[in-house]
Amino acid sequence: SVSFDEGLSNHQLSAVHQVAERVEALGQFVMKTRRTLKGHGNKVLCMDWCKDKRRIVSSSQDGKVIVWDSFTTNKEHAVTMPCTWVMACAYAPSGCAIACGGLDNKCSVYPLTFEKNENMAAKKKSVAMHTNYLSACSFTNSDMQILTASGDGTCALWDVESGQLLQSFHGHGADVLCLDLAPSETGNTFVSGGCDKKAMVWDMRSGQCVQSFETHDSDINSVRYYPSGDAFASGSDDATCRLYDLRADREVAIYSKESIIFGASSVDFSLSGRLLFAGYNDYTINVWDVLKGSRVSILFGHENRVSTLRVSPDGTAFCSGSWDHTLRIWA
Amino acid sequence: MSAGDKQWQPRGQPGGHPLPLTRRHRWMERMIVSMQDPDMGIKMRNQRLLITVIPHAMTGNDIVEWLIQKYGISEEESLHLGNLIVKHGYIYPLKDPRSLVLRADESPYRFQTPYFWTSTKWPATELDYAIYLAKKNIRKQGDLIEHEKDNYNLLHKRINHTWDFVVMQAREQLRAAKQRRKGDRIVIDCQEQAYWLVNRPPPGAPNVLEQGPERRNCHTTRVQLVSGGVQIEYCRKAMARTRVKSSICLEGYIKFNEQYVPHDPIMSGCLPSNPWITDDTTYWAMNAPTVTTPTKLRVERWGFNFSELINDPLGRAQLLEFLKKEFSGEGNLSFWEACEELRYGEQSRIAEIVDSIYQQFLAPGATRWVNIDSKTMERTLEGIKTPHRYVMDDAQMHIYMLMKKDSYPRFLKSDLYKNLLAEAIIPPETKKRVFPFMRKQRHSSPSPALLLPAGDAEERSRSPSTAPVPEEES
Repeated sequence: SVSFDEGLSNHQLSAVHQVAERVEALGQFVMKTRRTLKGHGNKVLCMDWCKDKRRIVSSSQDGKVIVWDSFTTNKEHAVTMPCTWVMACAYAPSGCAIACGGLDNKCSVYPLTFEKNENMAAKKKSVAMHTNYLSACSFTNSDMQILTASGDGTCALWDVESGQLLQSFHGHGADVLCLDLAPSETGNTFVSGGCDKKAMVWDMRSGQCVQSFETHDSDINSVRYYPSGDAFASGSDDATCRLYDLRADREVAIYSKESIIFGASSVDFSLSGRLLFAGYNDYTINVWDVLKGSRVSILFGHENRVSTLRVSPDGTAFCSGSWDHTLRIWA
Repeated sequence: MSAGDKQWQPRGQPGGHPLPLTRRHRWMERMIVSMQDPDMGIKMRNQRLLITVIPHAMTGNDIVEWLIQKYGISEEESLHLGNLIVKHGYIYPLKDPRSLVLRADESPYRFQTPYFWTSTKWPATELDYAIYLAKKNIRKQGDLIEHEKDNYNLLHKRINHTWDFVVMQAREQLRAAKQRRKGDRIVIDCQEQAYWLVNRPPPGAPNVLEQGPERRNCHTTRVQLVSGGVQIEYCRKAMARTRVKSSICLEGYIKFNEQYVPHDPIMSGCLPSNPWITDDTTYWAMNAPTVTTPTKLRVERWGFNFSELINDPLGRAQLLEFLKKEFSGEGNLSFWEACEELRYGEQSRIAEIVDSIYQQFLAPGATRWVNIDSKTMERTLEGIKTPHRYVMDDAQMHIYMLMKKDSYPRFLKSDLYKNLLAEAIIPPETKKRVFPFMRKQRHSSPSPALLLPAGDAEERSRSPSTAPVPEEES
């Protein structure tokens, strides 16, 4: 049954933790670095998994974009972009191409080729054009469309083949830093986060903002849907991560600790959504119990900011990328 | 590097944009202030540095212990946090001052004077740095360490016109320092040293002040003016929106958690083993998109919701098998897949795909005519006169719901599904290796980009579903 919300204050708000007494506490939690990927000559800024559950693409400050088989740690492809600070990269659903962009204000698609004589850059396709840096990009359900977020304050949906702008999304009052596509059955929405401290949910078809959340105190660096699609988490420079429920239309959890004073740069859920992994600018990764609101574990290893973090498609591991030039696979 | 890069000096670097007082600086300073609280702060005392006594100092241990007590964290976390504070120059070591590192032992440390806090004294000017290096140069009689020597020469060239002033100021500061007690001299030297380690890090050392590309780039006012009307519309819609009671939403989390945790490899492990941990890829082989016999967990998951079934290529194939036995069932699935291809396909092929869908599924007498209600059919047929990507949305949703509400529950009750469950495998856990030190060879796998010849790769990238759309039967 559906009813209008009681309109309670934040304290009376039935936050997730209140019903979570019925959920068992998590036991000892051990995760270790299982692979370290070395090869970038500068800060790693972004990474994405291939659907094959083992390959990844990563991009860095010096313009290098590398495709790895992270299981063997072998590098399979590398391309140097004509710009620095490649802040966004994504793997195509087919596994046959990658997309990336950054200070060039564009999003480009590179087909992956194993031809000895072919230069990856030769087949490069310039798809998206923004008026400021590209902060995030993601393919939709196919290789044929890309969703982008930019420092120009907008998001946009593009047709890869023609480079045509299919839809643009205006509403953020400042740079958009992140986006994530909804896993819902209808496949029609996505969420974005920006420097205006807002997380906004968009209808891809109409370009309209359908929901908006503004409870963070600073830039939202990362947004990620809860696996059911009914909620999403955010990570912010205000050193907190939060959970927003789409049906209740409000924030339902805050993940914070007094000793965590550096911003959260990147968040992702474990397969069941019980755990939230968050990479921080203090070089650590904190693991949160999504339902109980408590921190389960803190992972050390990186020697500089953790800038990007994604759980693998089958949930067996997650990958973190850092300003220390490396990527790590944790399991 | 494009021309546009010139403007994009990362903040926190010489020549870059001035560093604003960021949140983390404020919070570190708050921590520092509470560390120095006369009652609840760290107990400071005299620390001995060889023969000199330094007042108002503490040991590395004191800092670590205090953080553990104050925040209820482990020693490892406390050491990490303390190290960050030292790296940012808010606390400096008296012993071995070249290295901004926190040691959890009796090494002496001191709080940096607020004068030298990054938030107060930024940006560090070239002139100040030149004077600092000149002082060192004079004191060490030219024997500077390499990167300081390089910087010194660089500055000498760059601000050559004020060099007399630099040397004069350096000499004056050295002379004034000689008048102080040895203890004070050491403290002032360390303070200055720590400040410059943060603001001019030696090569190879991380620059804690670096911020990344400048944000706040869009013209806020312009965007707001443009979207004023949109905002009003949004608020109107927001007020009218029905919200689900929080308690109901929260129940949803409990239920989802219960269902999915056993399937979460990080939470519950996976059988036979997690490939990342044991280097054994059997788990991936057994759960490949198309296998002859799926695992039990996988088949169970198809029963959670329709989405799980239809989005798993193997599940979808099984659904297809089931639907073949039903009237028009198979056509429904094909129609849905064709609509997905339209929604996620190339812009240039829209008219072509819409026509193909019409011919196969909607035209009177079509071989695989789909049964949608007359209103939706009417709307759709009208819509395809001007084909666009979303023209089939209503019809697609209708058919999807039909499969979900009707075919799916029957699928779950069918013998087909029951047999799948019965025959599904539960892999045995990989026995622990007898010689755990011998690493198993990590086998590579063919890249998805290699799996099909070039032409087919294009086909593959076009299709949103991993299962091929079934061939039309003649």
